[in-house]
Amino acid sequence: MRWIWIDKFVEFESGKRAVSVKNVTLAEEHIHDHFPGFPMMPECLMIEAMAQTAGILVGEARNFQEKVILAKIKKAVFHHYVRPGDTIRLEAELESIADEAASTHGKITRDGDLIAEISLMFSHIDRNLAGKEFPEENFVFTDMFESLIQGVTIKGKES
Amino acid sequence: MAMSRDEIFSQVQEVMVDALGVDDDEVTENATLMGDLGAESIDFLDIVFRLEKAFAIKIPREELFPAENLMSNSEYVKDGKLTDAGLAALTEAMPHTDMSGFKADPDINKLGDLFTVSSVVNYIEMKLNAA
Repeated sequence: MRWIWIDKFVEFESGKRAVSVKNVTLAEEHIHDHFPGFPMMPECLMIEAMAQTAGILVGEARNFQEKVILAKIKKAVFHHYVRPGDTIRLEAELESIADEAASTHGKITRDGDLIAEISLMFSHIDRNLAGKEFPEENFVFTDMFESLIQGVTIKGKES
Repeated sequence: MAMSRDEIFSQVQEVMVDALGVDDDEVTENATLMGDLGAESIDFLDIVFRLEKAFAIKIPREELFPAENLMSNSEYVKDGKLTDAGLAALTEAMPHTDMSGFKADPDINKLGDLFTVSSVVNYIEMKLNAA
């Protein structure tokens, strides 16, 4: 399954912030059902888009060695609808990162207008407190995300 | 400038309200994080991050909530209860926590009840005074 809800990164500062954009279009099938006669990007998918933006930011901070899983939506507040033809900008900031987890703060804007504020927690699941084990291969950062990360200039990366 | 215990408590209260989505009157000194306030494992990390920010301190994970590390040690746990050695280790690791009730029946299922709002406040107080 292809499940990518951002189109590209436009800014990427290692361990600090990442900015992506998403173009919303009527070519997306689901939008015709959400809602018939009034298509708009579902808010849950905006959370997913932010989770992908912020999740890649978190993953890159540890060179994609950790399996980064969305663990908690700390905050999700929506101020406006997002309609076909809109380009939204997703800005994620890394608030805290530790061996076990990371927290991010983010906002979504359209032409400078605030659309949503979304703060998330991610778990590095191999280091979960319950000591559960997961498959060895990194099933989070698969080649599905490769095209997104390829060609992005990452600022502030050592070496 | 040193913070009073009341000031620390009210900041901790705010952290719990934001992290756990509870009302501030639920966050009493004796409230347990898991039982009363519904915290899950990821919430503990959320709380640690928020406390670090609120008080501008660094909190090593095993310091505030050290029980997980002890549980995996077979010398410390026997038949679902902490052994004397386990109790001693836990007491040493959690000087900020009142163990008196737990010592009478050190059932590991009741470990969660040790994490109360007041133990967090005590910990922060200890940390700020040491700084």
